[in-house]
Amino acid sequence: MSPELTPSQTVGPFFHDALLDEDRSELVSPDHLKAIKIEGTVYDGAGDVVPDAMVEIWQANPSGRYNHPADDRHDLSLDGETFSGFGRSGTADGGKFSFVTVKPGPVHGPDGRPQAPHIMVSVFTRGLLQRVVTRIYFPDEVERNATDHVLSSIEDPAVRETLVARDEGGVLRFDIRLQGEGQTAFFEFEE
Amino acid sequence: MVQQARGGAVGRRRGVDGVDPPYLYPDYKATRLRAPKEPLIILPKTLSDTTGPAYGRGPIGELDSDLTRQHAGEPLGERIIVTGRVLNGDGRPVRNSLIEVWQANAAGRYIHKLDRHPAPLDPNFSGAGRCLTDNDGRYRFTTVKPGAYPWKNHDNSWRPAHIHFSLFGEAFRSRLITQMYFPGDPLFEFDPIFQSVGDPKAQQRMISSFDLETTEPEWALGYKFDIVLEGRNATPMENH
Repeated sequence: MSPELTPSQTVGPFFHDALLDEDRSELVSPDHLKAIKIEGTVYDGAGDVVPDAMVEIWQANPSGRYNHPADDRHDLSLDGETFSGFGRSGTADGGKFSFVTVKPGPVHGPDGRPQAPHIMVSVFTRGLLQRVVTRIYFPDEVERNATDHVLSSIEDPAVRETLVARDEGGVLRFDIRLQGEGQTAFFEFEE
Repeated sequence: MVQQARGGAVGRRRGVDGVDPPYLYPDYKATRLRAPKEPLIILPKTLSDTTGPAYGRGPIGELDSDLTRQHAGEPLGERIIVTGRVLNGDGRPVRNSLIEVWQANAAGRYIHKLDRHPAPLDPNFSGAGRCLTDNDGRYRFTTVKPGAYPWKNHDNSWRPAHIHFSLFGEAFRSRLITQMYFPGDPLFEFDPIFQSVGDPKAQQRMISSFDLETTEPEWALGYKFDIVLEGRNATPMENH
């Protein structure tokens, strides 16, 4: 018999000294040739910024390889160093988070076809009793986005759009709206 | 084919229905403007969520798991040992996995600059720790028992004493942040965060148990708290 899962509880307002004591928002150096910057703001249902959230990302390297034993398909390294694929940013600066990373390559989908390049995102904050999960897709991947099994399963184009970052002069903007007009699309996991 | 979940954003169905609290729980006021209300989209299982960060930080120091030895002197309060195992959905140990904890001091005060509770800070207590699970999935922290503290959710609202736990587990989908409570706390029935977990059996799984075997004579009381994360070992990992 399987043991029963431990329930989620909110991260609360006081996590910063434990979870954000090290800056993990730069997955690569800003000087890296392939570095990209992702910025966004977390908003609540009243349109106010959420300055006490934590945003985490998880992604493959440019070859589409995750740094995890379940994935041994391609070369793990990035310029000879291990690319962790994990990042974490607070939002204390007016609800804003940011990451410096590299664009991930495509990874396999459930039917064996490649998924469009994407970054997995978790958001934790006071007022969320469990995290919300979303994905960042890339605006320069029009063709792959059109055939991506997750994006193309969403019928409403406005909802689909919430998952694609906007290119703002070299910075990719990905705002997260927890509730209300333009709410970001959030996921639950297939069993 | 991806389907949209029925019934709005009630929360993901981890394991049995009703394990996790819903996003919207109006008695916990902060959920009212932060809970998503659109239906969740079901994400088919792929490498993107069956992989995940092993642990997301630099080396763990010896003192990181002893919250009573991070300063020149000892913190005030009831010294306790908190230990347990982290398991996956198959009951197998989650090994070498990061646990991060944070908590109020014995007076119910967090070191955080936005905590305005007029209780004393303790110069010998920061209330943050971390450790890795061992080959049996076991972890162990030494700390002091946190105090209950007031908050501004409703008139005369108090949080039961708790320690926050952050866990990564084996995959992105197993990521969990929860709170560990202490047995017999009279505040459970008044706390909307605790009560947001509707199933009384699931509520019990957030409460540690006093453990005489963990207790060290003339030193510290022991509490046990096992944690079960989403995910099974029948991943491609098992085939290599």
